[in-house]
Amino acid sequence: MTLALATRHTAWLTYRSVLGRLRQPAALTPSFVFPLFFAALGSASFSRIADRPDFQEVASSFLNYAVAGAVAQGVLFASTSAAGDLATDIEQGFFERLLASPVSRTSILLGRLGSAMVVAVVQVTVFMIIFMAFGARIESGPIGFIGLVGSGAFLSLAIGGLMSGMAIKSGSPEVVQGSFPLVFALMFLSSAFFPRQYMTGWYRTVADWNPLSHIVEGMQGFMNQPLAADMFWRAWLIPLGLAVVSIAFGLRSLSKRLAAL
Amino acid sequence: MPAAFVPSMVMPVFQLIAFSGAFGAAVKFAGIKNAMDWYVPLNAVQGASFGAMGVSFGLINDMQTGFFDRLLMAPTKRWSLVVGPMAGALVRAALPIVLVFVVGFIGGMNVPGGPMAFVTIVIAAIGIALVAAAFALGLTFRMRNMGAATLTQFAVFFTIFLSTSQVPLAAMSGWLHAVARVNPMTNVLHLARQGLLGDVTWSGTWGGLVALGGMLVASTWFALSGLKSLEK
Repeated sequence: MTLALATRHTAWLTYRSVLGRLRQPAALTPSFVFPLFFAALGSASFSRIADRPDFQEVASSFLNYAVAGAVAQGVLFASTSAAGDLATDIEQGFFERLLASPVSRTSILLGRLGSAMVVAVVQVTVFMIIFMAFGARIESGPIGFIGLVGSGAFLSLAIGGLMSGMAIKSGSPEVVQGSFPLVFALMFLSSAFFPRQYMTGWYRTVADWNPLSHIVEGMQGFMNQPLAADMFWRAWLIPLGLAVVSIAFGLRSLSKRLAAL
Repeated sequence: MPAAFVPSMVMPVFQLIAFSGAFGAAVKFAGIKNAMDWYVPLNAVQGASFGAMGVSFGLINDMQTGFFDRLLMAPTKRWSLVVGPMAGALVRAALPIVLVFVVGFIGGMNVPGGPMAFVTIVIAAIGIALVAAAFALGLTFRMRNMGAATLTQFAVFFTIFLSTSQVPLAAMSGWLHAVARVNPMTNVLHLARQGLLGDVTWSGTWGGLVALGGMLVASTWFALSGLKSLEK
């Protein structure tokens, strides 16, 4: 099979997945509602702390701080949900029908990841419009906006790859949804909701080692600092590196499932 | 089904650790010595309510298997079909409360209010668990599907978080301050927290008891009227 044909298959499967997502607004709703709710809650709860001089070095307001966490949270929710759809395809037999057709095997996984990226791009854009309507500002300008959107897309690829690998391995939507608390834990044990410099003890150590802390802080850089190269290093390259590993895991799970058929 | 209990036990413990670690500095800036003192009551209340909501899943299962129809034909008092599951919810609520206390002790929570501190937390947590169970039953009688359990989780989640769940009223600003001030959950959390932040007093207690009583009467009426609508 040629690369051009595999790319076309991936594009069509991405299109199918995106349509599938749009047809289930109830499944997409939590990934929009909860991050926005937590950002609103955080900015109303902690706005007085944001007036402290040491916090001003991190962000100009708590809303500006909370944007990156909300973006990451929304992307993680949506990517997990997209992988759940892949498991549903396996459970309901659509996966086997795909295998009976002359479709590129790799495209089955990449199509899902493509749709996770499309949803992430739309999600980050919608979030930014809402946050800016409520007073958030992107200090690094239009390139910073692109930086945030790109970071959301790459993060969706990293988490989508991992969750899709689990979906292919287990073939069960329940297993994918059941692994969601791990993602939730990853969020809380990072600087997504509160700055790392205020954390202490073992919690701080975990947050220091959590790659999500560094990705989110890269995104926060786009929101709160003038444009700098290190923001791209943290917000783009870390998720891209994780994506390489997670997609490799996904492809390995796929080849094992195919070999077992 | 012991597996069904696991999430309702793990989540409040995880949240207690996560909130204390992530927002510990925020509550310290608000004048609270140890973040555990602020978050143990919150997570006991939340854990108990989420545990109690499990009655909704049991009821849906009974409806789908036809067992509930048999209960309706049996010569039992109708109110027992509401009160029975609510009593069962107490058992589901107890375990998360105990686990949260254990983690709180390990985390060094202070108990200046003495044994009465635990009494007020248990009253608040059990009270909210009963409210959540009755609300879940009322919704399940009306909707007759799993959506009722999801909606109940949303309702309890938002009611708890739109109160003084994260920081005291004085630290809040804007819309959240206005909402939390009139949210009855603020009084319930005040009742639960008083013994970990100072002495247990009547002035810190009666507001929470009134809020719990009001919510319990309203939610039990909602469950009983839901049962009536199911029979029609």
